Amino acid sequence: MAETEITTTEREPEAQPEDEPRPRSFREMLRSAEIDGRLAGMLIALAIIWVGFHFLSGGTFFTPRNLWNLSVQTSVVAIMATGMVLIIVERHIDLSVGALMAAVGMVMGLLQNDWLPRAIGFDHPWTWVISLVAGLVLGALIGGFQGGIIAYLGVPSFIVTLGGFLVWRGVAWWLASGQTIAPMDSNFRLLGGGAEGTIGGTWSWIVGGLACVGIVALQVMKRRQRAKYGFRLRPFWVEIALGVFACAAVLGAVAFLNRYYLPPLLAEQRGAPPGAQISLGLAFPVLITLAVTVLMTFLATRRRFGRYVYAIGGNPEAAELAGIKTKRTVLRTFMLMGALVGLAGAVQIARLNAAVSSLGTGMELSVIAAAVIGGTSFSGGIGTIPGAVLGALVMQSLVSGMVLMGVEAPLQDIVVGAVLVAAVTLDTIIRRRAT
Amino acid sequence: MTATVPVETARRTPLVELRDIRVAFGGVHAVDGVTVDLYPGEIVGLVGGNGAGKTTLIRTLSGAHPADSGRVFIGGEEVTIDTPRAAKDLGIETIYQTLALADNIDAPGNMFLGREVTTRFGNLDSTAMEDATRKLMNRLNPKFQAFVTPVNSLSGGQRQSVAIARAVHFNARILIMDEPTAALGPAETRQVRDLIKQLRAEGIGIFLISHDIHDVFDLADRISVMLQGKLVGTVNKDDVTVDQVLAMIIMGKKPGEVTQSDIAGLH
Repeated sequence: MAETEITTTEREPEAQPEDEPRPRSFREMLRSAEIDGRLAGMLIALAIIWVGFHFLSGGTFFTPRNLWNLSVQTSVVAIMATGMVLIIVERHIDLSVGALMAAVGMVMGLLQNDWLPRAIGFDHPWTWVISLVAGLVLGALIGGFQGGIIAYLGVPSFIVTLGGFLVWRGVAWWLASGQTIAPMDSNFRLLGGGAEGTIGGTWSWIVGGLACVGIVALQVMKRRQRAKYGFRLRPFWVEIALGVFACAAVLGAVAFLNRYYLPPLLAEQRGAPPGAQISLGLAFPVLITLAVTVLMTFLATRRRFGRYVYAIGGNPEAAELAGIKTKRTVLRTFMLMGALVGLAGAVQIARLNAAVSSLGTGMELSVIAAAVIGGTSFSGGIGTIPGAVLGALVMQSLVSGMVLMGVEAPLQDIVVGAVLVAAVTLDTIIRRRAT
Repeated sequence: MTATVPVETARRTPLVELRDIRVAFGGVHAVDGVTVDLYPGEIVGLVGGNGAGKTTLIRTLSGAHPADSGRVFIGGEEVTIDTPRAAKDLGIETIYQTLALADNIDAPGNMFLGREVTTRFGNLDSTAMEDATRKLMNRLNPKFQAFVTPVNSLSGGQRQSVAIARAVHFNARILIMDEPTAALGPAETRQVRDLIKQLRAEGIGIFLISHDIHDVFDLADRISVMLQGKLVGTVNKDDVTVDQVLAMIIMGKKPGEVTQSDIAGLH
């Protein structure tokens, strides 16, 4: 402010020249702490759901065993939801993800069950890598193909991916004439979690510790960067409180999940002394989901690509006039979505230990719902990746909780549908008030 | 059409020369064989009624909508401007009437849209961009403080400041301003006018589109008048009166052709 050369005369004296006045309400306090209000709200909603189900289900919900299962069950939808956010932010939609998952899953299944064993033998150590990479590449190619039609030929994404929804399901059936392909490669199966596909208690603590180091390092880096330019910093106590809260949450989650132990019989099979408790630790699909979330958040917020995705969603004409290659960006977004579908498909067939042509039936709607519950707006330009992952967790929590309560399947659908509409209605009202 | 160029500018090479530009939408000739030019350190006002083709003409120069035919010379060299990127690379910056801001992104993000500052790893350097935006805004609009909120929560004047800042920041040689003061209050309008004069003094050539004839008379050195896609004529501001320009805008008559009764009819 000191280097102001041209000033207007009507400048009013301000208490704090750099920013908004001192926080008065809770909302302003949140803003001065730069906390994402919507994300905080979702966490609170999730907490309410968990506590509510815990009591309604007679104390079976908030247990290490249930939350461990919940974390694994959420993975597949959450992985795809991170990509769907960017698609919806760009004012597009992808209805083909469930069917595409089946087709790509079938190819990965055939690769490890049929094609690769003939070439390099069954359960070859490279089988899982080749299958996984093939799935990612194939998913990206098909996603890119659909994205190309959408971006360069100008066909609405709803139509193109509705076509894909039919085509890829048919392809998945055709690849094996509707047969179930099983079993999967034993290494590949680890991607799906289960008793084998976990990293154990010790490594879970190490991962949690690294996550804490990462959180603190990010905070320090951001603070230093802002200090370098002389910008306003978060109040120091807020920074500390946020860091402590985040680390406590991470370590608390690890501690809680680590209390899910191997069944005694399995533990003894692994040579543990009788009565010893062996933690399963975090499952691979959960680790994959966390890594995807971090990576996609980075891509969305710290890279040009993400910035362009949001710019296109906010104002397509402005993005074009700013010289952004909008068509290429849209194509890349669909490619990315395809690759994520490949990854989610790998997790899904590994979990099932089988590839079936009905894989992921109806999942496109769960993925879209997760993104939308997570705050993604269909009018474009708004949505976050952590929000979508939380959205997936909220949906899975509802389903899981109702299963524990013994709610019948049709009623489950009714509840999830109602919650979806209610969440978006609430979000719309809050957003309208905010602006 | 360039017969009225002042002697002292005629000797230099024009910064911009748009020659015989034509743009048609369907069967409608939005711009029909228009030739205009612009010299360094000069403001050319582009005026005309609604649908006269001012914005369409200027969009050919900014790369937003390439011309169907015609030639474009920048600094005496013929160029092809087929994308907004190409225009920016030639030092042509545009403030669109719609402002062309991504509403969901904050001011620094909009200012650097398409030209982000990145670290050596290719990550967005948000703090550097915010810093540059703060410094520039300090000069353009010291009251502007909304650096972290999406621009859709800003006032019309603040949004306009962002659009102007974006055009000014990248050392433009040629500036196109389509109704730059439309959304502004009196104080802010004065500020923008001062800025425009300052930019002219720095040797930048400016095309100024405005429906406000007084705005144009205050700022422009020459005035090009369009009517129904055609150029009525280009005049030196000092050689004409407001009424004569109004006659050009409304009746398509050049100053010499206007009769007293025509002028009387305008009022």
